[in-house]
Amino acid sequence: MNPVILYTLLTAGLIAAFAAIVLFFIARKFHVQEDPRIDEVTNALPGVNCGGCGQPGCRAFAELCVKSPDMEGLFCPVGGNDTMANVANLLGRTVQAKAPVVAVLRCNGSLTNRPKHSRYDGPQSCAVIHALSRGETGCQYGCLWCGDCVKACKFGAMTLDKESGLPIIDEARCVACGACVTACPRQLIQMRLKGPKNRRVFVSCVNKEKGNVAMKACRAACIGCSKCLKECPFEAITLQDSLAYIDDQKCKICRKCVLVCPTGAIHEVNFPPKPKTAETSTTTGT
Amino acid sequence: MGSTPANIKALSFPQGGIHPPDSKLSSERAVRPITLPASIVLPLGQHIGAPSKPLVKPGDKVKTGQLLAEAAGFVSANLHSSVSGTVSKIDGVIDVSGYKKPAIFIDVQGDDWLDSIDRTPGILADISISSKDILQRITDAGLVGLGGATFPTHVKLAVPPGKKPPQILLINGVECEPYLTSDHRLMLEHPQEIMIGIRLLMKATGVSRAILGIETNKMDAIKLLTRYCDPKEGIQVQALKMQYPQGGERQLVKALIGKEIPPPPRGLPIDVGAVVINVATVFAVYEAVQKRKPLIERIVTVTGKSLKDPGNFRTRFGVTFDHLAALAGGVPDDTGKVTAGGPMMGRAFVDLSAPVTKGTSGIVFYPKDQSLRETLTNCIRCGKCVEVCPLGLEPYLVAALAEQGNWTRAEEEKLTNCCECSCCAYICPANRPLVDFIKLGKSRILDIMKKRQKV
Repeated sequence: MNPVILYTLLTAGLIAAFAAIVLFFIARKFHVQEDPRIDEVTNALPGVNCGGCGQPGCRAFAELCVKSPDMEGLFCPVGGNDTMANVANLLGRTVQAKAPVVAVLRCNGSLTNRPKHSRYDGPQSCAVIHALSRGETGCQYGCLWCGDCVKACKFGAMTLDKESGLPIIDEARCVACGACVTACPRQLIQMRLKGPKNRRVFVSCVNKEKGNVAMKACRAACIGCSKCLKECPFEAITLQDSLAYIDDQKCKICRKCVLVCPTGAIHEVNFPPKPKTAETSTTTGT
Repeated sequence: MGSTPANIKALSFPQGGIHPPDSKLSSERAVRPITLPASIVLPLGQHIGAPSKPLVKPGDKVKTGQLLAEAAGFVSANLHSSVSGTVSKIDGVIDVSGYKKPAIFIDVQGDDWLDSIDRTPGILADISISSKDILQRITDAGLVGLGGATFPTHVKLAVPPGKKPPQILLINGVECEPYLTSDHRLMLEHPQEIMIGIRLLMKATGVSRAILGIETNKMDAIKLLTRYCDPKEGIQVQALKMQYPQGGERQLVKALIGKEIPPPPRGLPIDVGAVVINVATVFAVYEAVQKRKPLIERIVTVTGKSLKDPGNFRTRFGVTFDHLAALAGGVPDDTGKVTAGGPMMGRAFVDLSAPVTKGTSGIVFYPKDQSLRETLTNCIRCGKCVEVCPLGLEPYLVAALAEQGNWTRAEEEKLTNCCECSCCAYICPANRPLVDFIKLGKSRILDIMKKRQKV
């Protein structure tokens, strides 16, 4: 064999052997003992790193799960109850099942319901418009039609509807990670209980103006008339600052409020079509 | 007017800046009084800081100059009634921001002033009161910076703990914003009062020197004030080149005394031993101290290319914009946009029923063909925005970072240093909405910084 090749192989081999020995001791010296359960929990999580749990990613959430003494306040909205049960199982704990929630948009201000009084031609970003002005309509609380929530959704559950201008939430895809809730500068999106058979009733408006002012800005605004309040047999509705709010924990989805609402601000979702309620639901604009 | 005479040496700031057409349509028009409307609205938050606390209730009779709401905390200001009449309600009013803000509504009855206010036309040049009393009267009068930022004047004059007292007073008579002429007219019509105001402020802050900076498009004001100022008292008038934003605090300090204020949000003029006060505020100081008149009115420029009768109006606060527009010949038919303030830093708004406040320096009507933004195209990294930025930022970069929501990197690139002068947006050949995103980034990053401090 050519001596050059031989010496090269020999030197390289010796250097490699020396480096291996050094690295072996360094690795032992600086070895970090990590709880093996962290890996197990990470594998049990969905792995989308959406941040819906409040942690920067799935692994950080897994670490938190392992470190904390119980499962109190820990919830992966994407995985839901099944995932959390798995995680609890791995850690030898028990977890209480949470009622599933879904994002709902609390604004009726579609392009038809809410007339424009000015034209905005700046950057198409809700956050910019919100910081700059009231927007193109008379309502300082309503949707700005620019879809910051749509851009924030990592699950493709939101689209901007061209006709109404409002975002539409695809319930099948929404995992309730809450990214849209944070993205909306006007806090229009709320996580509400999915309800029995996915049926829900909610006030789709956050306008706190008095009735006449709210009505002027938007045809389908909550005017604070308190009719729903009187109608509700379960005391689920409260009225503050001329705005009704339905507590999803108390609501028994009897839909009496939907029938009496004069502006159609109260929405019912996923109920089978009924000839009687058809009139009111056509005015809601969704 | 116009070009600088050869014998005058005009100073300027060294970095960036632009030369927009100055369009000072109303500079030849003397200040006019206004007719009082039937009712006025005074928002409680007309200054930077906590909104004032109302002291009156619906049904109360008030006189012109009466204290309506007191300062809530140190960084806040008193609010006085600008008319006499009855308080009708305390409710929300939509101001130029488009959002509802708490305000005091007053039905105007006559014009009955408080007896303590000296309304005689004579000029009181004699300064006999102590510097402490001067500061007290300024605080009582609810004075805020009338240049537009509305920072309470008594806070500005107080030396913050840990800082050295100031050595020099800089008066801002630049009015570099196109269209606006209110400060120009004030300097032409009240030179003596301004000089007395400067002397009062010098006494209050304990400085021995004062420089009044004026842009060379106001040669008449430079000449007039030079005649009235006495170099023996340490007051000097300095011509400044026409270059926007010459009237920015940092630019003015750099141009007048050659010193650089440390970067925001901490850096203040006091760090280089200077106090910067707007010339309209100086006049208000004179009135507050010598005549005991609280801040209840200011000069507002009402202008626009299609406006029939543009002018400068001595306007009581709380008067609505449409009342002013009517005095200037009515809103022109071809109006496409209205801004409160000038075209560079002013704010476009919708409701002309919004009230004039302490920060309203002018109102500009733009014809339809000048109202919309030009077509947006892509940034080609031409670097024009970098060239004109008076603060040495890279606007194309920080705006893009803010657009992406990359707050960490935007903070590293000193986005928060931006003074929102809009030079970059003005010069951008691609018509990028640079300032819109920078403003958004600024508020987000300042929030993050505040939270970090708390932790």
